[in-house]
Amino acid sequence: MRHTISVLLQNKPGVLSRVTGLFSGRGFNIDSLSVGETLDKETSCLTLETHGDDSIIEQITKQLHKLIDVIKVTDMSEHDHVEREMVLIRVKAEAHTRAEVLRIVDIFRGKVVDVGPKSYVVELTGDKNKIQAVIDILRPIGIQEIVRTGTIAITRAKKS
Amino acid sequence: MKMKGAQAFVKCLEEQGVEVIFGFPGGAVIDLYDELMRTKTIKHVLVRHEQAAIHAADAYGRVKGDVGVALVTSGPGATNTVTGIASAYCDSIPMVVFTGQVPTMLIGNDAFQEVDIVGITRPVTKHNYLVKNAEDLVPTIREAFHLARTGRPGPVLVDLPKDVVNAMVKFEEAEPIRMRTYRPTYEPHPGQIEKACQAILKAARPVLYAGGGVIHSNANEELTELAKKLDIPVTMTLMGLGGFPGTDPLSMGMLGMHGTYFANMAVANCDVLIAVGARFDDRVTGRIDAFAPHAKIIHIDIDPSSISKNVKVDIPIVADCKHALTAMNAWFDRAKEFDKKQAKEQHKAWHKQIAEWRKKHPLGYVEEKNVIKPQFVVQKLHELTKGEAIISTEVGQNQMWAAQFYHFNKPRAFLTSGGLGVMGYGFPAAIGAQMAAPDRIVIDVAGDGSIQMNIQELATARQYGCPVKIAILNNNYLGMVRQWQELFYDKRYSHTTLDVAPDFVALAKAYGAVGLRATKPSEVEPVIKEALKTKNTVIMDFVISREEGVYPMVPAGKATTEMLLV
Ligand SMILES: Cc1ncc(C[n+]2csc(CCOP(=O)(O)OP(=O)(O)O)c2C)c(N)n1
Ligand SMILES: [Mg+2]
Repeated sequence: MRHTISVLLQNKPGVLSRVTGLFSGRGFNIDSLSVGETLDKETSCLTLETHGDDSIIEQITKQLHKLIDVIKVTDMSEHDHVEREMVLIRVKAEAHTRAEVLRIVDIFRGKVVDVGPKSYVVELTGDKNKIQAVIDILRPIGIQEIVRTGTIAITRAKKS
Repeated sequence: MKMKGAQAFVKCLEEQGVEVIFGFPGGAVIDLYDELMRTKTIKHVLVRHEQAAIHAADAYGRVKGDVGVALVTSGPGATNTVTGIASAYCDSIPMVVFTGQVPTMLIGNDAFQEVDIVGITRPVTKHNYLVKNAEDLVPTIREAFHLARTGRPGPVLVDLPKDVVNAMVKFEEAEPIRMRTYRPTYEPHPGQIEKACQAILKAARPVLYAGGGVIHSNANEELTELAKKLDIPVTMTLMGLGGFPGTDPLSMGMLGMHGTYFANMAVANCDVLIAVGARFDDRVTGRIDAFAPHAKIIHIDIDPSSISKNVKVDIPIVADCKHALTAMNAWFDRAKEFDKKQAKEQHKAWHKQIAEWRKKHPLGYVEEKNVIKPQFVVQKLHELTKGEAIISTEVGQNQMWAAQFYHFNKPRAFLTSGGLGVMGYGFPAAIGAQMAAPDRIVIDVAGDGSIQMNIQELATARQYGCPVKIAILNNNYLGMVRQWQELFYDKRYSHTTLDVAPDFVALAKAYGAVGLRATKPSEVEPVIKEALKTKNTVIMDFVISREEGVYPMVPAGKATTEMLLV
């Protein structure tokens, strides 16, 4: 099963390679990864997507915990949470398709962030399914390049 | 107080109670060495190869029950430590390794003798540090010792750039270390203790399975108390030997690939398995689905990631073994439903069954009149040292024979590279052990192959007057590999014969040590006696029956009940 795991880390040199080294050394999968500073400059948050059966996910969380620089590990899949990815797509936009591209981008609440004589760069955020849907729809028009971030995730406020 | 980094380094070691450090100098650590000349409390042992410094520190730490310390230079000095560090990591040995590093402004420039040792050792250390700022030097060293000796112990490496140890730094009184991200769990959860004890109370066929954690946490007495209180048979891993008295009637000896028949049978048939500070290594479990298939498994370990890693555990207890066993003993002392007599009665049939297995296939070997059997040598070593020596081993058949036939009654007396299996461990380890226990008899049970991997340490042993004894079980083979070739590769002995071998007696003499040789069984005892009398370093070269095998043996990947027997 797919899991999104959020790891709070000490913001120190070499920490990222401790995490990625752990995954490669133990044969765990990383499907995507993104890291950034948190409110507190001394910590950063790393979100990674991985997959595996329950015992593998249990080992992944335990092994992450064991790293001295790791503050907290949360398996987001166990919580009500919001996930987002971002994608930048360079899509062909010639006279007869420009309007259609704009319409699609609009439907998906995306933005055109760069306009060229024959192409647009489209920016979109959303969960995996939405991003995939946009890509699938734009593909026949002609996608020239795609750059995607990893997933980031945050828990939702508790109801009541 | 302000002082030079190198001076603060030495002060930190003194403050941590370090008495002996093992090392080898070079350009990047010359300032640290310069400062070491001034300390009155720390003895530096100059090894002849950095790998040996690490193994010696490893053994020193094991025997003392404290952190072993090593100091080496940058580049090749640092890379030479990697095998030793990896071994200590696998065996959870508390250790701090200091490596020199090129000055910070040269880091990353491929400078002379620069390697990224922090990168190289990341997967084989508990944690490691590159000290980039002089003000971090003192706190980092303190944190390194703290990490090495607490929780699940392990090696910690501190990389020290030359400019950092030459800078002026602040040295303040040490304060208790508080780390935001590191708080090992020592105390067991009472609910889990309750569950475990209830399960044990109901067991008809319980087995205690003790690993190295028992020794690291000094829990041997608590383990013995529990076993005796409930009349539970005990088996030990290679790392756990000595955690429970090997000559006690409740001891079944070692389990696993070269474990006893009765220990493996008992584990395969038990209804409750109590794993204490053990990690279900594949050399212990054999085919995993056939390991303790009928048992409810209780697992005490300070490292949560050890639990349910290889085998699904029913009752996990994350705690220091000593604390958990103490809590269990107290539970039984309190419990109204527990009655010692009744427990004995309840396990009677089980003990009878184990006794039958023991009788059917005791640990043994075929004795011979004219050739020396390696097992006989180990038995004689045991007899003539009254079982009180510290035994280190190399790796291979020699290691297994030592584990099987020297029945350890006390912890911290058996030193072996268990998890990594490093040929060349035993001799430097013996030197480290002798430094930690100058009055004990220390013997390296060696193979003719392994001993050559760190034979240069004869010079170290001689220089420091270490009267360690090396007992080479000389089969002129890389014996353990040969045994696999014999059993599983149709006797195709590909590159396991040591065609050219040194004259070990002459070699000992060349270093100013004593060399003795036995070629007949009748010579074994006199040679050992002579060696034990000798104050000098001694090599005993026992020419043994060449094709002797280690049995029982569970072929790799088979169930532990599928043993090949003598
Ligand atoms: C550094 C290292 N290289 C290779 C091995 C693989 N290996 C395991 S046992 C063994 C044979 C050891 O020969 P020897 O020291 O003579 O011991 P014996 O088995 O003959 O007692 C070898 C090569 C190892 N464990 N360590
Ligand atoms: Mg040999």
